[in-house]
Order: sequence, then C-alpha cells, then structure tokens
Amino acid sequence: MIHIKNISFNYPAGNHIKEKPVLTGINFSIKDGEFVSVLGRSGCGKTTLANILAGYLTPQTGEVLINNIKVKKPGKNRIVVNQENDLFPWMTVWENMKLANSNEKEINKYLKLVNLKDYKQYFPNHLSGGMKKRLSLARALVVNPDFLILDEPFDSLDYRIREVLHIELDRIFSSTKKTTLLVTHDIDEAIFLSDRIIILGGTPTSVVGQFDINFLHPRELSIRKTKKFVQYKDKIKYSYV
Amino acid sequence: MKKVLLIILVIAIYQAVNSLFPNSYFPSVFQIFEALLKNLSSREIYLHIFTSLLRILIGFSIASITGISLGLILAYDQRLKDIKLYIELLRPIPPIAWIPIAIIIFGLGNASAYFIVFLGAFFPIFTNTYFGAISVPHIYKNVASSFEVSKFKYFLKILLFFCLPYIFSGLKIGIGMAWMSVIAAELIGAQSGLGYYIQLNRLLLQTDNIIIGMILIGIIGNLLQKLIEFAEEKIIVWN
Repeated sequence: MIHIKNISFNYPAGNHIKEKPVLTGINFSIKDGEFVSVLGRSGCGKTTLANILAGYLTPQTGEVLINNIKVKKPGKNRIVVNQENDLFPWMTVWENMKLANSNEKEINKYLKLVNLKDYKQYFPNHLSGGMKKRLSLARALVVNPDFLILDEPFDSLDYRIREVLHIELDRIFSSTKKTTLLVTHDIDEAIFLSDRIIILGGTPTSVVGQFDINFLHPRELSIRKTKKFVQYKDKIKYSYV
Repeated sequence: MKKVLLIILVIAIYQAVNSLFPNSYFPSVFQIFEALLKNLSSREIYLHIFTSLLRILIGFSIASITGISLGLILAYDQRLKDIKLYIELLRPIPPIAWIPIAIIIFGLGNASAYFIVFLGAFFPIFTNTYFGAISVPHIYKNVASSFEVSKFKYFLKILLFFCLPYIFSGLKIGIGMAWMSVIAAELIGAQSGLGYYIQLNRLLLQTDNIIIGMILIGIIGNLLQKLIEFAEEKIIVWN
C-alpha cells in the first residue's frame, strides 16, 4: 500500500526567480496491485510529484509511505520509467538490464515479456522509440519493485505506437499485478490503463477529483468506442477544465 | 584524389616561385626530393623519429592517465573542486614557456621532453574530461540511484562511458599539442629527435633537411591524430 500524505513542494528561489509553490496538500493512497493514473495539464507538477515518489526530490511538507516505510531516497522498491530516454546508450539491451538485476533468468523472462529477447546485443540507438520504451519498462520490472512509476512514458511516441504499447502495458500489468502510478496528460490513455484516476489542478496544484474506472483487465482497444468509456471521458474532461 | 591533386599543386607553386625568385637558402623541389631519398636511406632520421615518438608516447600516456583520472575525480567529488582552480591557473601558461624551468629541473634530455609533452597534452585532456563528467544528465544519476548502483560501478560503468566522447575530443586536441610540444622542446633543449634534427640543420644551413624535417613532422602529427580517431571509432561503437 502506498500513502501520499499532505505533500507540498516549492521550487526554491534562484537568481531573479521567486520561490514557486508547485504542489500543495496532495493526499491519496494506492492499493497493492492497483493501477492509478495522475492526470493533469502540462506543467502542473505531475513530474515533480513522480520525482518525490521516486525519492529524487524531498517535499517541504508531508511524506510518502510505501508499505509503511517512509521514502527518504531513491531505491529499488520503486522504479521510474521516464518521459525522456533513460537507457544508457553505451550499454547493450542485455547490459542495461544487467545493471538493474544480474539474475540472467529474470532478465530473459522480462525481455521475453516485452518481446525484446532477440535484441539482447543491440544498443538502444539501434532500437525504435517503442522498443526503447519497452526496454525501459522491462528494466524497471526486472528489479521486481513494489511500485512502478510511469512518468509520461509514451509522450514522445506517435499515436499508433502508443496504442500498441498501451495494449502491451495492460497485458504486462494484468500478468504482474504490479502496483503502478501513471503520470499523464492524456485522458484516453489514463482511462484505458487505469483502475482509478486522480485529477490534479489549481495553482498551486492539488487533487481536484478522483474517478474509479470499471473495466476488467486485460483490456481491448475496442473499449475506447464504448458508451461507458465516452462517459468517463466526458466526466473527466469537465472536472479537468 | 583531390588531396593528391592539392599536394601536387602546392609542390608546383613552390617550384614555380623557386624558379622565378631563385634563392640560395631555399632548395628546389628536386633538391628536396634528392635530400629526402638520402635521408630515408640513412639510419639517423629513423632514430630521430623514434626518439620523438618515444617521448610523445611516454609524455602523452602520463598526461592521458592523469588528465582522465583527475577530470573524473574532481567532477565526481565536488569537495575537491578547489583543486581545479589551481589547475586552471597553470593552464594559460604555454608548454614552451616551461622549457627553461624544465631544463633547470630535469636537465637537457628525455625527462625535460616528457615533462613538456605532458604539459601540452594534460590540459586539453583534463578539461574535456572534467566538462564531460560534470554534464552527466540528471536522468542517468537518477536511474543509477534508483537501481542502487554502487559508487564504484557508477564511476566505471556510467561516468567513464558517458565521458568517453569528451575524453576522445581531449585526446585528439592533446595529441596535437603533445606533438607540437615535443618538437618545441627538442628545438631548444634536447640532443636528439626531429626538433633537434631541424635545429642542427639550421646551424649547418641545410635548408633541404629542415624542410624534410618539417614535412615529416606534419605527416607523423597527422598519423598520430588518425590513430586516436581510429581508437575512438573502435571504442565508441554505440553511436
């Protein structure tokens, strides 16, 4: 269980820049095996929140508890898949995986899960954008974290590849039941993948709404055309604006 | 092909100028060619080349090891950043300005030449490595900390590899500087090497040999540069 308790974060003052409050009083919990999305406009502080959960940033107030243990620094129990390419370009697919976990059986298992088993000796620069994201995901999963944080991982990819990766991510989530937090500004992506959506808004940013999404996993792309999906989308849009 | 044509053109211009304005100090292309054949058939020129190359090998190797290690360590541990300030104070002093001091400390000979070569190569290698190491993107540091990568592994598998393109830029500048420095050191404070060969022939008024020495310096300097580029291509394979 993950508890995010009363998180506030200000970016410190710098040369000619005033201190900027970004997040205030963020409270929510994520149950074990739940897929939660945090939805908010670009620049509202979603990535800052992801960085706090990962332990890269320390909030001014509040705390993050993972299985009742306070997050104080980055660690293997929560791994982030970043918006930017976070693979080491000088390491092959295999070496990137091995940096996270040296267990070869586990590496093979997760490379197979993301369909990259035949690309072990490739360098990331020789992979497509979608393959790189799959490798980042496999590298995150291979350490078997309690909590997976996906920070707009598909943002830089085109629509078709995103759809394919949504299906793959949902399949992986269904088989691993890994507690996951997806940070995104894409409503369709959030509804398609999540069990629950948390809406961030306001200045400074706080939680302005929550929605349960009742679709069974694994999901088909066709659910996007259902009335229920469209209703979720409309509801979220109104609370989002 | 274009390169060969350019060389032929330069030789032709030299010969034309030489024919139009004859000067006893400047030999014709044919005299230079004759002197080249004579030099290549003697053991002496090879000894000078070998001596210069040995000096550069030793001085450049020491500069590479210390420049890369110090660059990485000072960038990695910000508590040591004051040391960089002292190094920066020495950087603007050209290697040639150190020659008198080198001769006083090490005397005329190899040690002085190693020291001058070291100074010529060290600063570009150190500076490039340092700036590479301080520009490691935060995302790599974050990923490493999430995966709880040990400091030793981070240093060896992430920091060093990220810096390799920067290091090679430093090595490429450094080898050129080292080669120029060794020739300068030999011109002033040595009894052997290509620089000494030029200096000796200046005293003997053998301009053809001076030109041959200069041509050899150009060719060998270029080959050393190519050698570093070749190593770069073989090592940085992921691009």
